[in-house]
Formats: sequence, structure tokens, C-alpha cells
Amino acid sequence: MKTRKNILTKRTEEIAIRNLFGFFAFLSVLLLGLILVFLFREGLPLFKQISVADFLFGTAWYPTYDPPEYGIWPLIVGSLVVTFFACLIAVPLGFLSAVYIAEIAPAGIKEILKSVIELLAGLPSVVLGFFGMVIVGPWLQETFDLPTGLNIANAAVMLAIMAIPTISSLSEDALYAVPREFKEASYALGATRYETIIRVVVPAALSGISTAVILGMARAIGETMVVLMVAGGAAAVPGGIFDAVRPMTASIAAEMGEAPFRSGHYHALFATGIVLFVITLAFNLIADTISNRFRETGSGTL
Amino acid sequence: MVTVEKDFIIRTKNVDFFYGAFRALSGITMNFEKNKVTALIGPSGCGKSTLLRLLNRMNDLIDGTRVEGEILFEGRNIYAPEVDPVEIRQRIGMVFQKPNPFPKSIFNNMTYAPKLAGIRDSGEINALVEESLKQAVLWDEVKDILAKSAMTLSGGQQQRLCIARALAMKPDVILMDEPTSALDPISTAKIEELIDTLKKHYTIIIVTHNMQQAARISEYTGFFYLGKVIEFNGTEKIFTNPDMKQTEDYITGRFG
Repeated sequence: MKTRKNILTKRTEEIAIRNLFGFFAFLSVLLLGLILVFLFREGLPLFKQISVADFLFGTAWYPTYDPPEYGIWPLIVGSLVVTFFACLIAVPLGFLSAVYIAEIAPAGIKEILKSVIELLAGLPSVVLGFFGMVIVGPWLQETFDLPTGLNIANAAVMLAIMAIPTISSLSEDALYAVPREFKEASYALGATRYETIIRVVVPAALSGISTAVILGMARAIGETMVVLMVAGGAAAVPGGIFDAVRPMTASIAAEMGEAPFRSGHYHALFATGIVLFVITLAFNLIADTISNRFRETGSGTL
Repeated sequence: MVTVEKDFIIRTKNVDFFYGAFRALSGITMNFEKNKVTALIGPSGCGKSTLLRLLNRMNDLIDGTRVEGEILFEGRNIYAPEVDPVEIRQRIGMVFQKPNPFPKSIFNNMTYAPKLAGIRDSGEINALVEESLKQAVLWDEVKDILAKSAMTLSGGQQQRLCIARALAMKPDVILMDEPTSALDPISTAKIEELIDTLKKHYTIIIVTHNMQQAARISEYTGFFYLGKVIEFNGTEKIFTNPDMKQTEDYITGRFG
């Protein structure tokens, strides 16, 4: 009898633990779901006032005028342009530093570099924004004789600094995951270290590296504080990299406090949030697809 | 010991090897005869794989190792400072315990070494691929699927691809580190047959845990224990009438 009772309590325990873990797993999903519902509930009423096309592709963002105009095209362009230039800087730097750390650096330097890059990831974005505002901005303004140093170039550099740790550490993981057997095979076939890195290690890690790049981009496009502080804040489609822009995130952060509750402006900002959400979701889905596809085919055609 | 007037392609002279402070090999002196199969046997951790990896400088890739003594390949010390390890590895190919084709197409696996060696002419490369795959008795199985990923092949086919891939480098010596330990008996038999045909053109040094395999395929056998060569002799002699008591104990299964 005693053992049977033991088995019963054990089983109840198992079930209780399983349910507990299940509860917490679903709780986070539930919270995410609720946020989504809220986002859409507050954002969608805007489209009673204007059409989706006018909202997305309208070039005038004058939410406080009478009548107001809610065209977020300049904001979308602002976000994309800033992200694009940030990636132009962050992808090569993040990728090359990952290769150096994972494959080339001697043990001592490797540890130092890794912790410095991790430290970069922990830098509060407001501090980075401050740096951009006070140091990089005036420097840009003087050097290039600009009306303002708070512009696309400045924001791109700051965002790049934020994206580098993501790209670097995820790429590094992907490089470490390349089996040692591949490297040994390459050396045994008369390859040098650099030939091995270029022809075997990097191709084998390519799916992980692509994922790293896309997640870095997602990080850059969703970043708020830095672009709010250094992108300049002009809601106009830019003509060059020294023009000021107003990315979606900056617009939401700056204006939400002043938008009257449930006004058109309020709904427009939530709708902007929906657009932002869709874009980041797309980035994540692409990252997922890439890593899955490469895994299935064993990257056989590389 | 082996008689002297034979043609030795690799000779080791009093080789000591250290992983940090740990002495993995001590006083290894062996002569490997050209176009013969030499088997290295012994219990796990006895240093036989370590010696094999010394012969093409693969141990260079491990930090904190140190070699003393000389390893002569065609009379030249491969650990001399002016020697390029890449050149040594091109002349002395290696096949590993676990089949390790690259996650590339079969064709690209085969062309890896020739392209590194600077062969650009596609006719020459195609001929080399076909010749090497035929030598490894894999051509008929893969000639229609050269563009497919090498990962789709069976374990035995992958291992023969790895042998073919090493042959495409036109080496003189092929080192094999337990090449059949991850394979089924039929694939093992195929690889052993292959080794038998390859020795016409290549010198083969093979590490194996399988004593029957050593007896079947090799002309010479070296028995290692605790980082030393206990006995190095003709295979028949080792397996029928070894000089050393320890060899006999190991071969008859009394330890190891």
C-alpha cells in the first residue's frame, strides 16, 4: 500500500509541475496576445476617418492641424532609411568582429573583446542618445557645415552601435556551432586558416549569420530613444543622409503624451504602432524561415 | 625490428610529444615503408592517434602542444621551421574517424583540395574528380548525383567520399584515423578492400581499434601502450609470435 501511495503522490506531483510550467509558458503568450488586442483596438478606429492607403502613403503628417493629416509615409521612410544605413555600418563590423572573436583571436584578446561587446549591448540607449546629441551631433554640424547635426547619419551611427552586439554575438554562436570536423577536414586538405574560414566555416554558419543580421535590423528599427534624441524629428521624406527624419518610434514616443485620449491623433499613433509591429514581425519571420530552410537542406548547394 | 634496406617514406626519430605538461608520446622511433599498409594498434589513450596526427602536422591546430625529435618525410624534417605545414598536408592526406564531408555538393567536396592547389582548368578538374572517385570505388554510385549534397549519402559512402576527396589532392601518404569505427560491417569491408587496392600507389598508415582489421589489411603493425611503442614488426609476426609479452597479452585480449 505504501509504495502505491508513493506512486500516486509522485504522479500528482508530476502533473502539478507540468501544469505549473505550462501555465507560465501560456501566461507570457497570453500577455503578448492582450497587448496585440489592445494595439489593434486602439489603432483600427483611425481607418473610419481615412483609408489605409492614405495613412500609409500620405506624405503629410500634421496630426494637430485642422483638418489633421495622418500620412505616415515620411515616418516609414525615416525608420527604413535610418535602419538601412545603420545596417550598412553594423553588418560588416558585427560580422567581422564575430569572425575574429570566434576563429582568429588568441584566447586573451577573445575574452576582452567579447566582454566589451557585451558591455556595448548593456549600454542604456538614452546614454547613447546623449552621446549622439552632445558629441557626434555638433561634430557632424561643424565638419560638414550643416544646419543641424541631428540627422540620418548621426542616428545611423548610434543605431549601428546598438545593433553590433546583437549581430556579433549571434554570428559568433553560429560560427562556434560549425563542427570541428569540417575545419579539420579543410586543414587536412591543404587549406590555410583563412581559406578554411572563408570556404568552410562562414558558409556553414551562413544561416545563423543571416538570422543574426535580421534580428540586428529588427532591433534597430524598433529602437526609440536614440532616434528620438538624434534623428532630428522632421516628419518629411529626406533627400540626403544629412537630412533630419522622424522615425515611427520617435513619433509615437514624442507625441503620445500630448495626443488627447481616443482622438484621431491618438488612434493614428496606435496605427503607426501596428505598422511597426508588422514590420518587426516580418523581420522575425524571415529570420526564422532562413534558419529553417538552411537546416533542412544542410546548405547542400553552397 | 624491420630490416633496413627498404624504401622508407616517413621516419620518426625519438619523437616526444606534449599536451601542455602531459607527455603523450615518448621516444617514438618508427620507419614507415613506402606503398605498404602500417597499422597502429593499442588501447584508448595510448597515443596512436596522436602520432598519426603528428605525421601531417594536424596537432599544430591544438594550442599548447610541443614536439621534440624529428619526423622525416622523404628525408626532410617536417617540423623544421622553414617547412610549410600546408604543403605537408597536401602530400600527406588524412581520413578521419567520423566521415566529415563538407555540407556542400559531392562535386564541390571533390574539388575542394584541387582548387586550393590552384587548378583552375575545368577539364582537368572534372577528370581528376572522376579518377579519384573511381579509385575510391564510389564513381558508379554517385556519377549521376554529383550536384547533390554530400550529406545525403550513407555513412559508408560519405567515408569513401572523404577518401576520394583526399585522393584528389594526389598525396603520397594517406593517414587513416579509425576510418571504419563509425561504419557498419558491409561498409567496413568495402573500405578494407579499397585500402588493399590503394596501397599500390599510396603509403597507408591506419590507426585501428579492431585487431582483426589490422591483421587483415596491414603489412606492418605497431603496438602502442602508454605513449610508447612496445613492439613494431611485421603484422604476421605480431599476431602469431610477438616478441613482447605485453603485445601478446593485448592481442589475446588479456588487457586493453
